[in-house]
Amino acid sequence: MRYSDDHIILHNQRETQISRFKAWVLFLVPLAAILFQVYVPLFFQFLAYLELPLIVTIYFALMRRSPIGGLFVGALVGLAQDSLSKNPLGMFGITKTIIGYVAASVGLRLDVDHPLIRLILGFFFFVFHHFIFWALSRGLLGQQMSFETQRTLVLGLLNAIVAVSLFHFLDKLKERT
Amino acid sequence: METLLSRYRNITVLLLVLFAQLILLAYQVKNDSDVRMIRVWAVTAVTPLARTIEGARGGTSGFLQNYIVLRDTRAENEKMRTELGRLKLENQFLKTELETADRAKALEAFQAKTPSKMVGARVIATAAGGSNTAVFVDRGSASGVQKGMAVVTPDGIVGKVLAAYPTASQVLLVTDPSFAAGVVSQKNHVRGILKGMGHGTCRVDYVQNEEKVETGEWFYTSGDDRIFPKGMPAGQVTAARAGSSFQDITLEPSGIANGIEEVLIILEGVHQEIPEFKAAAAPIYLAPPPAPAAGDKTAAAPTGGPNNTPALATDADRLREQYKEIGDAQGHKFGDNPPGTKAVDFNVKPGEKPAAAAKPRADGETGGGAAAAPSPSGSNGPSKGSADGGTPKPPGSNAQAKRSPPQPESPTPPQ
Repeated sequence: MRYSDDHIILHNQRETQISRFKAWVLFLVPLAAILFQVYVPLFFQFLAYLELPLIVTIYFALMRRSPIGGLFVGALVGLAQDSLSKNPLGMFGITKTIIGYVAASVGLRLDVDHPLIRLILGFFFFVFHHFIFWALSRGLLGQQMSFETQRTLVLGLLNAIVAVSLFHFLDKLKERT
Repeated sequence: METLLSRYRNITVLLLVLFAQLILLAYQVKNDSDVRMIRVWAVTAVTPLARTIEGARGGTSGFLQNYIVLRDTRAENEKMRTELGRLKLENQFLKTELETADRAKALEAFQAKTPSKMVGARVIATAAGGSNTAVFVDRGSASGVQKGMAVVTPDGIVGKVLAAYPTASQVLLVTDPSFAAGVVSQKNHVRGILKGMGHGTCRVDYVQNEEKVETGEWFYTSGDDRIFPKGMPAGQVTAARAGSSFQDITLEPSGIANGIEEVLIILEGVHQEIPEFKAAAAPIYLAPPPAPAAGDKTAAAPTGGPNNTPALATDADRLREQYKEIGDAQGHKFGDNPPGTKAVDFNVKPGEKPAAAAKPRADGETGGGAAAAPSPSGSNGPSKGSADGGTPKPPGSNAQAKRSPPQPESPTPPQ
């Protein structure tokens, strides 16, 4: 698909193009993202706020442009994340399933190769992810968590910036058609 | 129906997946149990990778460190070209090795000192989710670790095992809001519940406002929770103020204050005594002894001790000085008199001649005057232990003299 600055919304289905990835990319990239999240903060604590599994979920969902594929990627990454966290299984799973589905649906309608769109989507999905997780924690687990709006917005922006750079790198792993 | 499903296929699959996960979640919450199988898969898949990465990191940093050390020592070798240089290289290498092993040795020493049975573990990962209140360690059920075991360092408590997998365990840190442990203060033995706050500090709950807790005071585990053995340091109070019903006590956990890399998991806890609180020894000011009054010889402070340091003058000291003067005047040396020597006449003042010296008493009793006559040898009756301090016992053969020290009529002890 050819990228153009004045062409952000895709007008018809033919304009969309599904990106394909090799199987090892689909397996190793999310695994590396989860490993990064559990290992790197041991040495650099501030990197604990980087939600690489979420960014990777968004990327694959956007690029695959398949809501079912997106929700399964989200569910698997989320459940793996749950397994390594102290939360009950399903908290990150449900959250990322919804994110994967919505991201794939958005990917059908927007030109997700546009850096600005990627930045906005990265920011939006991070905040949305935090909101769903917060709502689930309160609603399903009865935890009295507070939603720190300002902190979430700042972290959302930082994650969005990282997401744009990471998306650019992951684009190179796409299969050439 | 089929058309409807295929038309709404995406949303149907989404709802099914969400519903399945909700069921999974509800099962865990309702039964308060974990779906262990999925977690074991994930941990078993991730921990070997984490361990490999950690090993590679340690190896690389060790190699770089050794390379730098070798480069430095090689330059030194080239410069000196002597045997000394080679020995320095060896020394440097050993020092590096020692530094590397320092923490492990500290843990070993603590392990040997503590009666509880422990196993050492290394932190290999943090829990996913962005909150650093749980970590993974490289010891699991294969090493005897079980859920609920206490995790400590020589500095204090670290957390407890949340889940034990074959090759690794998840540890909930003291800073996690869901963490709780029974603690007791060192000084006033105030009991409370230590809870995490989600960041670097903890709080101690359920301490009545009437109880006395001071800033800087240490809290130790009380052993009431049946997780941590009694007597492990928990942390130091950074702030304590009265609250609405209980005190607001903030505590800095000592176990994770310096970061956690190596920890000890207590396999079999043994309760220990909480160390006694020792107040810091505050220096006490002692004023110098008063100056003696003019002409008052006996009031002068005698010197005491091996270094002739001035001692406080007491009535006993003054009496001793008096007796010593009387003894000296009569040629009597206290403590160095063979049996049969005459006793000192304490009724005779120094410098005064004994009046009855030439006239011994008819009844043969040793008189004061006769006793006062100095013998050629200069030594009189035995009086052991009176010459080197304390009130001297008056020597003599009469029973009264033996029972109690004589009371001289004059001179009365100067006040």
